[in-house]
Amino acid sequence: MQMELFQAIANMSGANFAQHLVNGISLGSLYALIAIGYTMVYGILLMINFAHGDIVMMACYFAFFGITIFHIPWYITFVGVIIATALLGAIIERTAYRPLRDAPKNSVLISAIGASFLLENLANYLFSGRPMRFPNIPLLSQNISFGSVQIQAISFVIPVITILSLVVLLHIVNHTKIGMAMRAVSKDYEIARVMGVNIDNVISTTFIIGSALAAIGAFMWGVKYPGITPMLGVMPGLKCFIAAVIGGIGNIKGAVIGGFILGLGEIMIVAFFPQLSGYRDAFAFILLIIILFYKPTGLLGEKITEKV
Amino acid sequence: MLKISDLVVSYGGIEALKGISVDVPDGQIVTLIGANGAGKSTLLRSIIGLVKIQSGSISYNDQTINGLNSQKIVQTGITLVPEGRRVFPNLTVLENLQIGAYMRNDSEGIQQDIEKIYKLFPRLEERHWQMAGTLSGGEQQMLAVGRALMCKPKLLMMDEPSLGLAPLIIKDIFSIIQKINKQGVTILLIEQNANMALKIADKAYVLETGRISMEGTGAELLENPEIKAAYLGKKKHK
Ligand SMILES: Nc1ncnc2c1ncn2[C@@H]1O[C@H](COP(=O)(O)OP(=O)(O)OP(=O)(O)O)[C@@H](O)[C@H]1O
Ligand SMILES: [Mg+2]
Repeated sequence: MQMELFQAIANMSGANFAQHLVNGISLGSLYALIAIGYTMVYGILLMINFAHGDIVMMACYFAFFGITIFHIPWYITFVGVIIATALLGAIIERTAYRPLRDAPKNSVLISAIGASFLLENLANYLFSGRPMRFPNIPLLSQNISFGSVQIQAISFVIPVITILSLVVLLHIVNHTKIGMAMRAVSKDYEIARVMGVNIDNVISTTFIIGSALAAIGAFMWGVKYPGITPMLGVMPGLKCFIAAVIGGIGNIKGAVIGGFILGLGEIMIVAFFPQLSGYRDAFAFILLIIILFYKPTGLLGEKITEKV
Repeated sequence: MLKISDLVVSYGGIEALKGISVDVPDGQIVTLIGANGAGKSTLLRSIIGLVKIQSGSISYNDQTINGLNSQKIVQTGITLVPEGRRVFPNLTVLENLQIGAYMRNDSEGIQQDIEKIYKLFPRLEERHWQMAGTLSGGEQQMLAVGRALMCKPKLLMMDEPSLGLAPLIIKDIFSIIQKINKQGVTILLIEQNANMALKIADKAYVLETGRISMEGTGAELLENPEIKAAYLGKKKHK
């Protein structure tokens, strides 16, 4: 194995490596954007929003309808997709989770799985199971040549948009009133209530932000991997959930780090061990097991302290 | 004023409060003492809307407040310094004060009140940037009181503010309670530290396993032989 690795490295030119690096960073960015939604919802409701991956899928269909069917310019569609997806996230919270606010955690989890199935089947019914092609946006999908290697423009756009999104997110969470309320609710919702914080508004906002980030990720995902099916969100959803757990669920920075580790790791494994490429999807699970074994709370996870 | 009549609260069929009536007149310090598990915290939690009441009524300035959600109740001018401080550990000291003013929109007034709190507790100003979770127990208690004051309460309820604090700090906290009261804030104080609490109280209640067993002025209860034996004597053995 080690010999092969050296061989692989020796065979790889600097340009080739740069190509893999760019691909890894952009995949990691996408994972990070989607993982944040899992981690924020968990931080506040202590539940896994199983429908989050399917929200990604719906965002891709929204983009398809906007650009391919209604011929709306892609940049306007992009904004529209963010708004529509954020709304969808808020509606799911409102209908599937809020009525169960005082119910046992298991009921909420079951409701989340139900919401996920509902979205998948709804997409299947409305858009048919036949794969569709994410609209082509030449500006983003064109190849840029660097000597012998070609890299898609979107691979450079993704990290930039991701960083911008993260800056906005961190500003909201750390420097606005609603962000302060979100942090307070995640630690002690009872006392937050006594301070006059409207918990329902805070939870809705959390879903809106998480879904908006997922929409941004989904749009760019579609440009890079253009096949859309009703089950499209399942695998990325699962991996981004793993990314959130690896980083320490509930922790936004952790979700970003987890996303990058997974994205870069996946691409690099395929690059260095082409014979292992069939196991690409297993990488996330193996990494999850290893990290949870050494650090059960994830990389940046806090010790779970019992609440008074 | 706050008026509680025949309040019954139960947890899963077990009555924690078995029909109690308590009056808290405006401008006074009213204290409620009682052993562990007597139902003291339950009373405060039901006033602020964190637990549902089974029967009876809670009214504040002749408006029935039981059944309202906490947000509405806090809007009437009632606030709580909860048992065990419960500052937000992941927020800075300053943010904890700001969130106390969550329902206010007068940023200038908020800023002035923060300055006032800093005058009351200079320690909080020194540490305004620090995560509240890293404060000492006494500092957290100051912060919990300061946070509650930030909503400009008319009625301040405190659940065992002296719990786990050194005697010197307890003295500070009690003198600050009196100071706050002199500024026109009505106080409902729950304490295990019966001696100190009765000394500053205009009116006092003794709660025993969900029932009021005694009431009177602070001075009366301080002299009461039963109280001396049950609550004040016990303290000496500590
Ligand atoms: N959430 C709950 N579920 C079930 N029982 C509860 C709950 N909260 C309190 N109780 C019970 O109600 C009774 C009164 O509790 P409460 O916390 O009001 O006591 P307390 O007088 O504040 O005691 P302490 O001085 O120890 O704080 C206790 O027997 C307690 O076990
Ligand atoms: Mg108590």
